[in-house]
Amino acid sequence: MLELKTYRTQVHNDWCPGCGDFGIVNAIQMTLLEMQLEPHRVAIFSGIGCSGKTPHFVNAYGFHTLHGRVLPIATGARLSNPGLTVVAVGGDGDGLGIGAGHFVNTGRRNLDFTYVLYDNGVYGLTKGQASPTLPKGVKTKSMPAPAIIERVNPIAMAVASGYTFVARSYALDVRHLKQTLRAAIEHRGSAFVDVLQTCPTYNDINTKEWYGGEDLPVKAPRLYKLEDSGYNGVVADPSTDEVNTKKGNALLKSFEWGDKIPIGVFFKMEVPTFEDQLALRMPALKDKPFVEQDIYNRDITPLLDELT
Amino acid sequence: MTVTNSFTWMIGGPQGSGINSVAENFAKACIRGGLHIFANIEYHSNIKGEHSYYRLRVESKAPRSHVDWVDLLVALDRETLFGDMNKAHPTHRGHRHEVSPGGGIIYDRSLNLTPDSFGRDDIRLFPIPYMDLLVEALKEFGKDKELSKYQVMVNTIALGASLGLADYDFDLATEAIREGFTGRKAALGDLNVSAAKRGYEYVKTSFGEDAFPIKLRKQPLSGKRMMIRGVQAVAIAKLKAGCGFQTYYPITPATDESEYLESHQKDYNMIVVQAEDEISAINMATGAAHAGLRSSTSTSGPGFSLMAEGLGWAGITEAPGPVVVLYQRAGPATGLPTRTEQADLRFALHAAHGEFPRIIIAPGDVVETYYDTFDAFNYAEHYQVPVILLTDKFLASTYQDIPPFNGDNLKVDRGDMVRESDLATSTDYRRYRWTEMGISPRAIPGQKGGIFWTTGDEHDEYGHITEAPDIRIKMMRKRMRKIELAGQVIPDSKKATLYGSKSAPITLVGWGSSKGAILDGMEDLMSDGIETNFLQVRYVNPFPTNFVQQALGPARRKIAIENNYSAQMAGLIREKTGIAMDNNIVKFDGRPFSQNEIYEGVKEIIKNGIKEVTVSHA
Repeated sequence: MLELKTYRTQVHNDWCPGCGDFGIVNAIQMTLLEMQLEPHRVAIFSGIGCSGKTPHFVNAYGFHTLHGRVLPIATGARLSNPGLTVVAVGGDGDGLGIGAGHFVNTGRRNLDFTYVLYDNGVYGLTKGQASPTLPKGVKTKSMPAPAIIERVNPIAMAVASGYTFVARSYALDVRHLKQTLRAAIEHRGSAFVDVLQTCPTYNDINTKEWYGGEDLPVKAPRLYKLEDSGYNGVVADPSTDEVNTKKGNALLKSFEWGDKIPIGVFFKMEVPTFEDQLALRMPALKDKPFVEQDIYNRDITPLLDELT
Repeated sequence: MTVTNSFTWMIGGPQGSGINSVAENFAKACIRGGLHIFANIEYHSNIKGEHSYYRLRVESKAPRSHVDWVDLLVALDRETLFGDMNKAHPTHRGHRHEVSPGGGIIYDRSLNLTPDSFGRDDIRLFPIPYMDLLVEALKEFGKDKELSKYQVMVNTIALGASLGLADYDFDLATEAIREGFTGRKAALGDLNVSAAKRGYEYVKTSFGEDAFPIKLRKQPLSGKRMMIRGVQAVAIAKLKAGCGFQTYYPITPATDESEYLESHQKDYNMIVVQAEDEISAINMATGAAHAGLRSSTSTSGPGFSLMAEGLGWAGITEAPGPVVVLYQRAGPATGLPTRTEQADLRFALHAAHGEFPRIIIAPGDVVETYYDTFDAFNYAEHYQVPVILLTDKFLASTYQDIPPFNGDNLKVDRGDMVRESDLATSTDYRRYRWTEMGISPRAIPGQKGGIFWTTGDEHDEYGHITEAPDIRIKMMRKRMRKIELAGQVIPDSKKATLYGSKSAPITLVGWGSSKGAILDGMEDLMSDGIETNFLQVRYVNPFPTNFVQQALGPARRKIAIENNYSAQMAGLIREKTGIAMDNNIVKFDGRPFSQNEIYEGVKEIIKNGIKEVTVSHA
């Protein structure tokens, strides 16, 4: 029987006490359990940084890759072995700094997988430098001076790049995160989840208290749920103009930041995946993945004959 | 004096003027007539307009290289004859001075050139009214109003004229031309045959039967022959080897291979992904290898520079691949993007930081390319290492005719893999289990009981991160042990070859695509009374240290021949064996060695006793 401990490993966890990463890894394990996915059918991929250690804490096939390269490695593995449920994770510097080109182009492919961004505004493992999502003008604890360049907007980038499921959640709201991860994994296509996350050691601005709105004149959580606000980012018919309208809505929504920050599903649309497109080219892919087929006894005689 | 079946033909023109198709049709016609060819192209990094040329050598006995003279030059434009010396930044003087004494030039009569404008009185001139003949052919098909659309067909008229002067069997050319136009385009085939025929007959009637001293005559066919170039040999070997996943980012001259694979993927079930860059290309391929498919990526120097990081990850994670095909071109940076070089030997050997095992094979010709590519996949999975196939633009794009590959003895070896049934009885699978040989049986994600972790950090047997010094030492030894093992298991006969007599007074040492020119050049030297032998190093890693030591130990004069500036293999040999070369012949002008350059280089060393000779005919 699958239980939560089925998805845990005995590996010593060296994240800082209170790190938002704990919430994310717990939510991943709970989601896998809830979905009753057997560990050996799941592969977790990570980049480099604190978040990169995630696979070591999850009992599933685990690939701890290179800084910024998690998406290409996950893509190669998923395409050759599409029976696997592929979840890629990485920090905001990993995905939107050094790996930005892969982030954009992976979205274009609409591979059937899930990408979870641990978004805390800092490079934690190298001791707190500004990451691509840290707003201009902000100075966190270990920075010598405030950031003088603009941040990127992960949600807007994901929508523009072609991810077909784009959502945001919060590491300290495990229930919402679990629900969002489940929707992302169940989505057929590239799912992107921007997880707002605290770094208790280096980000002394976007803290648990800040997200809780404790600094506001009228104390109220900054985070609100899109679904509670009447927002609907789901495209009902991808063959219509609704696609552009919903993308436009999502972009607009994604720039809300400050006293009110939306979480939930910004955009969702079901269209053929990269795997579907490949199967159109190679019908044999419909039967079973090549990794389970005998492609080791190919007859190359026709190719040699072509050259004579 | 008439010469039969020994002939170098060259066609030059602006990029986009269709020199490839006529040269390849000519070559095909020769092969079908029992003759043997060697055909290589030189082109600019440009889409349309810059000068390119295709050289076709035809011999009764299979040539393995080209020569730097031309017996019959076909000029589709003025630049082919005189170069671009009128430009602000000229790049070449044209090819008229390359024509051998007694040779000929076919050119456009409407250029109105006087014979003395060629500056030579020892060659024959064959001005042809390209446009008039083309218009006649178009009229026959009612297309003379569309002259501009069919203008490129002067290339076919020039082909016909070449066949006429060499008095070769026209039907063989007809067949070759028609094959290029199938289905709805079949009518175009007839039009092209008609154009060729007009060129053929024009030279016969205008210049007479004996206007040109070299004749091509059919020979009995020695069985089936393929006309094949390096990229095709690599691609077909990948299909034969069961490669299921290929990635690439567009780059000259590697892309042709991936396009070939993609065009055949439907019949052979191979996923081909055009990645966003070479960083992604190698990492996707490594991900695919870990996930259970044989995988590969192909690139040239600039792309391989970006792959260095990914190569290291494949190394430390003991990925069963990928196979990386590195088509060297002249660097650094963009360098000479469409020209050849052998300057990435050291780079392939040392790419990425840190130390990890890798296998590097440098095939010497199209046949070796095929077998080495096949072996590469076996090594990648057997030893769980990245394998680099080190070749170059010259070998990639040069056509030769060879018998079809006989793959009967090629066996796929997927290495030590665990089965689900074995895993069912064990609860402690370790992906990086210590073994005497260094190779740990591998699971494939999705297998029940085979869960593993892998990381670019140093790791323990399970694949979890560690910084423990003792485990680090064990893991380094485990990984490096695999390359020692490969060195012991792979026979010397694959790793290096000594051609010629062991006691020859001069030993030529080379690697990769210069093999053909060296072998042909040796014959020239021999006819001149200079006996040489040739040590070809085929495996860069694991290096055939003992074999090379034994081959070079008794050698009196050792001459390294390399298509690079610093004689990189000579340096590697010295590093591995302590044996230093006496002389180097190097070439780094972006062009491949010719047969005569080998002869000239060795002669110059003997005559002047200089340490190093740089050759360049370009």
